Amino acid sequence: MSEREIKKTSIREISPIDVYMLLPKTNCKECGEEACMAFAAKLVNREVTLEQCLPLLKKEHEKVYKQLWEMLKPPIREVTIGPKEHSIKVGGKYVMYRHEFTYTNPTAVAIDVTDEMSDEELLDRVNKTQQFNYEYIGTTLKLNMIAVRSTSNDPEKFKVAVKKVLENTTLPLILCSFDSKVLKAGLMVASKARPLLYAATKENWKDMAELALMYNCPLAVFAPNNLKLLRSLSKTLTEYGVKDLVLDPGTLSGEGLGDMISNFTMIRRAATKKGDELLGFPLIGTPITAWIENADAPVEVAEWNEAYLAAILINRYADILILHSTEGWVLLPNVILRENIYTDPRKPVAVEPGLRTLGTPGESSPVMFTTNFALTFYTVASDIESAGIDSYLLVVDSEGIAVDCAVAGRKLTADKVAEAIKEAKMEEKVKHRKLIIPGKAARLSGEIEEASGWEIMVGPRDSSDIPKFLQEKWGKP
Amino acid sequence: MAKKESKEDFQNLLDILNRFQEIELEDVEMEIGDLELWLQPGVTAPEIFPKALKVAPSLKAKPTAILQADFIPPVEEYPGQITEVTLGATKSQGGTRGKSITIGGEKSPAFYLFETPPPNPPIISLDVFDMTIPLAKPVKTHFKEVLEDPVAWAKLAVDKYGADMITLHLISIDPLLKDTSPNEAAKTVEAVLQAVDVPLIIGGCGDPKKDLEVFEKVAEIGAGERFMLSSVTQDMDIERTCAVAKKYGHVVLSFTPMDLNQARQLNRQLYDFLPKEQIVMDTTTAALGYGLDYAFTIMERARLSALMGDPELQHPLSSGTTNAWAAREAWKKMAPEWGPREFRGPIWETVTALTLLLAGVDLFMMMHPAAVKTLRDTIKELMSGKSGNTEKIVGWVTANI
Repeated sequence: MSEREIKKTSIREISPIDVYMLLPKTNCKECGEEACMAFAAKLVNREVTLEQCLPLLKKEHEKVYKQLWEMLKPPIREVTIGPKEHSIKVGGKYVMYRHEFTYTNPTAVAIDVTDEMSDEELLDRVNKTQQFNYEYIGTTLKLNMIAVRSTSNDPEKFKVAVKKVLENTTLPLILCSFDSKVLKAGLMVASKARPLLYAATKENWKDMAELALMYNCPLAVFAPNNLKLLRSLSKTLTEYGVKDLVLDPGTLSGEGLGDMISNFTMIRRAATKKGDELLGFPLIGTPITAWIENADAPVEVAEWNEAYLAAILINRYADILILHSTEGWVLLPNVILRENIYTDPRKPVAVEPGLRTLGTPGESSPVMFTTNFALTFYTVASDIESAGIDSYLLVVDSEGIAVDCAVAGRKLTADKVAEAIKEAKMEEKVKHRKLIIPGKAARLSGEIEEASGWEIMVGPRDSSDIPKFLQEKWGKP
Repeated sequence: MAKKESKEDFQNLLDILNRFQEIELEDVEMEIGDLELWLQPGVTAPEIFPKALKVAPSLKAKPTAILQADFIPPVEEYPGQITEVTLGATKSQGGTRGKSITIGGEKSPAFYLFETPPPNPPIISLDVFDMTIPLAKPVKTHFKEVLEDPVAWAKLAVDKYGADMITLHLISIDPLLKDTSPNEAAKTVEAVLQAVDVPLIIGGCGDPKKDLEVFEKVAEIGAGERFMLSSVTQDMDIERTCAVAKKYGHVVLSFTPMDLNQARQLNRQLYDFLPKEQIVMDTTTAALGYGLDYAFTIMERARLSALMGDPELQHPLSSGTTNAWAAREAWKKMAPEWGPREFRGPIWETVTALTLLLAGVDLFMMMHPAAVKTLRDTIKELMSGKSGNTEKIVGWVTANI
């Protein structure tokens, strides 16, 4: 079985039959499925939600609805942060390892501001966070939240800062102070914003719990490097009536790195594999602590450490991250890593092989080929299209693998290329017999020439150089 | 936030990291005694969270004090273990290396330090090429004086950048490049063996026939040195390749393209000719943003399956982490908001490496000195057995940054 064919497996071995037995079994098709059994199968794969079964929402089915909800709920509670219209969901994970199912709710990345920053700096940071975007395989990668820290410990100053942030962004907030009076002042101007409150500790937990209940906000729990305390606080707050918790076992670097990784890993395993509900909450990491640990070093050292701490935490189960740097080189690898780790491993990242026409090519237009790995294809196609070049692009089946790996692994062969030329009837479409091949497939040039009978031109190693290459080497036919 | 540094400073990333993150280069070998300190003896897998501990909706009064709960580390037992593979041989072991390096031996997933910490630290091998090749600018800067001299390159990698091992990529043997003869290639290997005393990985060019011809010659020249031959692939003459490794006492790298079944199949074929202790595996590394998710998951699955008892995947994992530079975000000049590539490039390689470290990789083939340093420091910190000090970070909320 190749990796692209990973079968959809049910989570925690729930069988569609068990789900089906509880459903109303009306086969009413109101959910859009042909029959209740089909709906049950999709429920188990989390492709539909319980609420799509309209009969189930009726009063008489309330008990089974709850039963099904319990049965299907993720071991990591899904917590919603922010006002209804601009909220973000965190947690909601079903599994420990992405290959067991897929990770839900990509790690939310927050950038911090403080209540002692100048207006100019605060707004600049808020705007940078809000405007951050990067196009990556048809998706726009973004940052997600603003964390407002009270460095002043002054309720009035905090209130002003929170108000300023709220006036300038719709991003959900994290309000950070260990002083409940300060947080309360912030909540007075953010009463409808449902921010995440950061954080309950062993000292302030009761006041924080009251605030969370009063303003209906999720509450973070901070117990650095002390899982017994973290679990005790989780138990206490849960009994207190706070349902939406987020856990922070502490983001440590240097010699604390091992403990940090162990803590995040143990919590997630206890929740997903052992059914520990007290630890079944989203996790928050704070790579911003790299700035404190490297306070005496140049700013680049703090940025560098923050960047790689964030990457470690994205891999090891963080559902929210608070960062300080707004540098592109710090953020870009992390939002891309997040996108990678949170893609559905059940879905192929391949595109259909075959011929694509870019622009309006004619009989003397260039013919190029690439592989059917989605990222490769989209990158090459967009480089050619954005340069406005009329051309033919043959997508050769490399089983969804990038050019260099496909050549090394023999997933891309001369015969496949020759076959693609033939199948696309290229000899009827163009008068010339010149094929431009990716620079990273240069080693196949001789073989392709032999197999296809076409003259081979070795193109650039990166598709961004295609326009320049064509200008220099293709010229007027 | 502090003021941005001037452009010149970006060139000196490595200097900055070196100056402010002093971790001495020490012998990578570790005494067992160091580890015992933080093994948790007696933590076997009890029935961990009995149902009674689950939270029931409470009708009781709100708690007035912290309700104490226990935390028992969720430790598991694994039936499988990763085979230990030793690379390089000292005089007493039949070679000429200053030391040999053992990788593998894990009994737990990567850095589950609350279970069994890895018995051997992951190792970093620096890439050296036997002819000038196109390199990303941020990498080239660090090697520009040695690009045409593999011997000087290897020395620089060991002396200045602290390489545990050297991967000597004999790409000039490629019939499509210089088609260097096996004898010529062997001379280069000999010269590098003379110049540095770390264990060597011998890299071919990817041509299954030519690689084998060269391996046959090189293996003989380096008889007893316990090279890792990189690599043996499905389309090679496996019997002949293994015979070379066996006769002259080398290790092979079993390389497959991101497919666990193919990895199992190739390993099975190798078992007919070689003991497990002479096989390391590589399931292909793709760059961050360019398939790293696949590389990560295949490796994580390989490692977990191996620990769960799959005998065909119980080998140390090797990664061609340098592949991170295939990502255009690593080497290209981009709009100013994405920062200089002198930072973007090495952080790209670092993030790729750390991700795979957490999947279970034992041997990293890398390029950029700053990425190498960060990975090495991270491994050292993880292997230190020390506990985290929370003093500095408890007040992070109010810290002025």
